Amino acid sequence: MMALPYITEHTGFTGTVYATEPTVQIGRLLMEELVNFTERVPKAQSASLWKNKDTQRLLPSPLKDAVEVSTWRRCYTMQEVNSALSKIQLVGYSQKIELFGAVQVTPLSSGYALGSSNWIIQSHYEKVSYVSGSSLLTTHPQPMDQASLKNSDVLVLTGLTQIPTANPDGMVGEFFSNLALTVRNGGNVLVPCYPSGVIYDLLECLYQYIDSAGLSSIPFYFISPVANSSLEFSQIFAEWLCHNKQTKVYLPEPPFPHAELIQTNKLKHYPSIHGDFSNDFRQPCVVFTGHPSLRFGDVVHFMELWGKSSLNTVIFTEPDFSYLEALAPYQPLAMKCIYCPIDTRLNFIQVSKLLKEVQPLHVVCPEQYTQPPPAQAHRMDLMIDCQPPPMSYRRAEVLALPFKRRYEKIEIMPELADSLVPMEMKPGVSLATVSAVLHTKDNKHALQPPPRPIQPTGGKKRKRVTDDIPDCKVLKPLLSGSIPVEQFVQTLEKHGFSDIKVEDTAKGHIVLLQEAETLIQIEEDSTHIICDNDEMLRVRLRDLVLKFLQKF
Amino acid sequence: MDPECAQLLPALCAALTDPRQPVADDTCLEKLLDWFKTLTEAGSSLQLLQDSPCLVELLLQVPKAPGLSPRVLAFSLRLAGLLAAQEDCFQFLQQGELLPGLFGEAGPLGGAAWTAPTVRSGWIQGLRSLAQHPSALHFLADLGALDTVVSLQGDSSLFVASAAGQLLAHLLGLSLRGQAEGSPGPQVCDWPASAQRIVGHIEESLCSPAAPRVTQALNVLTTTFGHCHQLWAQVLWARLSPLAACLLEKDPVPAAHSLVDLLLSAARSPALSSDRSRWETVAQALGRLSPAHAGPLALGLLTLQDCPQALSAQAFTVLLQPLACVLKAATQAPGPPGLPAGPEGDPAVADALLSSRSACVGLLCQTLAHLELLQPLPQRPAPWPQAPLLGAAVTVLRFCNGSAVPASGSDVGGRLCAILAGCVRVQRAALGFLGALSADTGPPELVTQVFAVLLDYLQSPDSSPTVLKKAFQATLRWLLSARTPPGCCDLDPPTQLLLRELLPVLQRRLCSPCWEVRDSGLEFLTQVVGCWAGQAGFRHALLASEVPQLAQQLLQDPESYVRASAVTAVGQLSSRGLPATPAGPEHPGGPQKSLLPELLHVLAADSEGFPRRAAMQVFTQWLRDGHAEVAEDTERFVARVLQAASRDLDWEVRAQGLELARVFLEQTLGQPGSRCPYAVAAPEAAAPGRVAQALRAACRVQLVEFAFRALFDYDRPVAQKSCDLLLFLRDQAAPWDSLQEARGSPDVASVEAALRRWRAGEQGQPLGPLEPEAVLAVLRSMDLEGLRGALAESSDHVERNPQSLLQDMLATVGILGDNEADCY
Repeated sequence: MMALPYITEHTGFTGTVYATEPTVQIGRLLMEELVNFTERVPKAQSASLWKNKDTQRLLPSPLKDAVEVSTWRRCYTMQEVNSALSKIQLVGYSQKIELFGAVQVTPLSSGYALGSSNWIIQSHYEKVSYVSGSSLLTTHPQPMDQASLKNSDVLVLTGLTQIPTANPDGMVGEFFSNLALTVRNGGNVLVPCYPSGVIYDLLECLYQYIDSAGLSSIPFYFISPVANSSLEFSQIFAEWLCHNKQTKVYLPEPPFPHAELIQTNKLKHYPSIHGDFSNDFRQPCVVFTGHPSLRFGDVVHFMELWGKSSLNTVIFTEPDFSYLEALAPYQPLAMKCIYCPIDTRLNFIQVSKLLKEVQPLHVVCPEQYTQPPPAQAHRMDLMIDCQPPPMSYRRAEVLALPFKRRYEKIEIMPELADSLVPMEMKPGVSLATVSAVLHTKDNKHALQPPPRPIQPTGGKKRKRVTDDIPDCKVLKPLLSGSIPVEQFVQTLEKHGFSDIKVEDTAKGHIVLLQEAETLIQIEEDSTHIICDNDEMLRVRLRDLVLKFLQKF
Repeated sequence: MDPECAQLLPALCAALTDPRQPVADDTCLEKLLDWFKTLTEAGSSLQLLQDSPCLVELLLQVPKAPGLSPRVLAFSLRLAGLLAAQEDCFQFLQQGELLPGLFGEAGPLGGAAWTAPTVRSGWIQGLRSLAQHPSALHFLADLGALDTVVSLQGDSSLFVASAAGQLLAHLLGLSLRGQAEGSPGPQVCDWPASAQRIVGHIEESLCSPAAPRVTQALNVLTTTFGHCHQLWAQVLWARLSPLAACLLEKDPVPAAHSLVDLLLSAARSPALSSDRSRWETVAQALGRLSPAHAGPLALGLLTLQDCPQALSAQAFTVLLQPLACVLKAATQAPGPPGLPAGPEGDPAVADALLSSRSACVGLLCQTLAHLELLQPLPQRPAPWPQAPLLGAAVTVLRFCNGSAVPASGSDVGGRLCAILAGCVRVQRAALGFLGALSADTGPPELVTQVFAVLLDYLQSPDSSPTVLKKAFQATLRWLLSARTPPGCCDLDPPTQLLLRELLPVLQRRLCSPCWEVRDSGLEFLTQVVGCWAGQAGFRHALLASEVPQLAQQLLQDPESYVRASAVTAVGQLSSRGLPATPAGPEHPGGPQKSLLPELLHVLAADSEGFPRRAAMQVFTQWLRDGHAEVAEDTERFVARVLQAASRDLDWEVRAQGLELARVFLEQTLGQPGSRCPYAVAAPEAAAPGRVAQALRAACRVQLVEFAFRALFDYDRPVAQKSCDLLLFLRDQAAPWDSLQEARGSPDVASVEAALRRWRAGEQGQPLGPLEPEAVLAVLRSMDLEGLRGALAESSDHVERNPQSLLQDMLATVGILGDNEADCY
């Protein structure tokens, strides 16, 4: 989502973007915060010479190893954000969206964040599920819709947890233990975070824990240009929330308890550290602010302010950035650093349960998921283990998905359907022959009644070329059934044939009429009458054969 | 039988045989049977029947009464068996042809009632009670009951099937015991026909391809060898053990679980003690059975006193196999080689471990639990492979937390890694075992690894609360086993190192949002302080940390269990002179607060019982130890605590209050400390002067009033404890005759009047100031011994007598009913 303006505004993109409403609104907030942070520190000039490969080689380590620096772009503007968002068409969960008649796509709740989706892409006979960041944990969004993923031919699996070894529950416990310990000792806690997402759950846990941990007198500050919108938006997306939170709305109560924290003045939010915040600021306290990379945003200020005291603690909860790299420019640092990445996306145990439940025919996933992480090569549990083994892909690789389209759905027009007279061949199976014209448009196929042959009018007998309609030849009836040899022989005898011999062959039988020098080959799907130049006899025999078969 | 019961019995018997009457529930019938059992055990059954002809009538009527409840039918069958267990009574019943009517074709057997499992069960249990004498055997033979019993072994009801198996084993024993002269012959063919039939049936079943039949036969044999101490067991074993051995040849071994039971039963049987062949079969079984079945067999053998050396070595090898397999699957295995098995380990064990997640987890947990059981036994194998076992436990724990590195090229390692990662069951089992291993020492480098892995578990945010609790327990055991270096009064360096890392972890755990974790942390703190408070290094490290302050803060925890543990912990810290001091210089707190008011507040105001109980225990301990805050003004302390305790709604708090009162009395009477319960001489009575002083003090702190009130407490344990306390006081004051007693004085009369009111339930009025003389006079006038006797009777002793039972049952069927009149 954060890269959307780059796609829609700089690549000549002309299509439609589909997204759920919370995705758009929260995405807008995240982008707005990013733009705000970067615009706060405008740069008169931007250095670009260093991107020259020869120069880059000479730079110190992290810069020297950066890849494809020439493709790096400046941050977009709010205008570009708005333009990108205007190209989005809103969709709801389980809504079916037709794409050119070829496929139907449906977003499903993925349980990870407000409005986050997995997608089903299906034609009439094939179904591909695209699973991106999903969560099976009970957090604030609607739970993941697993049932709709069943019967997939292919399941594309992406967006698994970035920290498979860190269990979110344990991490939340760790987060609060360290927070409480620091505050009890008179220190401050800094939580670099995004303005939406896990922070809602953290605030909710805080609400439950605050009194028991004796933290009721400690102020909690949430500082972000979009803090207010984020906290308020979260309360209005009732239909996108988990069941518990939805029911609260009908009481009516705010679905998230952070409303109460704000009401009781335990949680205060500010657009930036300037203005009201500087008047209210009281220590020891807990501050949630961005940006989690520690490179820009209000967090930088707090790092400078609190970095020198060992009483303070910075707790990293966002898994997107390496905390060691984030802290590098602030060294030497006296404050305690705790790394509690909370990533609620699927881990490998959950994936294996999900795959057992959903049972797709094939799984397609990034190559990284098919082997243990390089740093923990022995952890065979940290990879996808399924049968058949998953098909893996690399970045920018084009894959042929492992299925072939074998059937198409064709609609029969009502008037044509009316004219059909099905015949029951065996119980439950009826057949009818159809003569029709196949119309194909927008990847949809329809059978229409054939045009009526034009009645010859007047004396004109000559056909016009323009009236060239398909010749409707008199159709021979289709035959079905099998010929019981013994009864057939009896019938032949009844009709005066004698000296009949039956031979068994690999495929059926040969009935030999020795006197008439005639051979009748009966096989499963064909019958041949071979007689020399006696058409009368052939026709007689043919009629006898036809008596045993059904026609329509 | 009481005349009252004898009077009620006929009506009950009549009600039972009346199908129109609602049947008493099962419990009543069971109680009735229990009563008859005590009657028949105490006296003659024949006499009982002659005294109560209604019972004979019941047994006669039951088979004839149509539509009778299966429960009554089953009851009658069991009752008949119970009565017929005595031979004379059996003959009596036989004369009336009563027994065939119940147990034979004429009875429920084969009728519609037989479909009820209760009836079949009653039939078997009846016969089981009846089969006590040779006449019973003839009766059973005439009845052809053996075939029915055999067929009931496969009954759909597990209870019936199991009872049938046991009956068969019992009948075999009876028929061989019934041999008039000496022991039965050395050959089965010399045995009585019924015994031969049973043996034949067992043989047939053992050869059957159907696993359930094999299981039944094995169960009968297990019961037989478990109970039989006679020589014929050897004949039976010689005859049947080849068949058992044949079972071991099959793949997979059928009924392996029952086979293990049989082999263990044979191994334990004293009757087979001279038979060496059983050890061969057992050895064969150890080799053939799957690891999951061989494990319990091996453990059973290792707990035997007389297991041959070679066999116990083999059993131990089998028991250790799964751990050997795990150890070999990891590179840099922490332990030195020492566990058995070849370089690849036993392939069968590896297969079992890797076949499925549940099999692997089950086998490992079983092995760890078995070894934990074996570890403290005196007959455990020697030499005990302490070092490899430590290594294995550490490796299992490392596989579980993902820090074990599998041996390169080992499939087992990779698979184990995937199976065990995050497995809580195995973590708990391995931590339990690791804790047990602390009873022996290990090489220092391994102990360091043990400490490291324990610390990993304590630190890991992924450790579940139950795992964490086990980790704390194991850590405590290892810490306590850490030896103090000779010539030094402080901890050894590795322990000090652990401590340095442990305390920050404990701090964090005490702040955990999960209450179980905070609770386990506090328990650990209490225990470790209890053992190590004398170590200077520990004291220093603890006081330098924030642990004591955190513990004190947890007195306000929202969870009552945590508050209770916090009370115990701060109580312990305080008595060991390790109080919470204000935090560091950056955050100066107020002057050090006294803990006593805080704990008194808990006692007076906490809404839950656990913290209040904990506070009482701490106070009692403080009083015993002469804690500084208590010693300042002991009487005031006792008075305040007793005042709070007397108002408490929780009986355990009040009972603990009495305990504290006793400690106070003992101290004032000059008997500090607990008396040795094994002392030969009775404790001497206190000197008269002291008694007077003690009594006065007890009156001042209102201990006497507290005890008198408790005497009429609705909760029996409190009343009992108070009774004991007052008796103690009275006995201590025995020599105090020189003092003038105040019997008859107005003071005594008012106390006695108050006590009478209290007894009647009016507890509101206080006693007012008391004089020791009056107290003593009241104590001597009370029948405290009588009261103690009455209190010792359980509260339902009235309801439990047979008369009450019969009345209840009759009331249910409406015979005793005054409610008959309601119809009109």
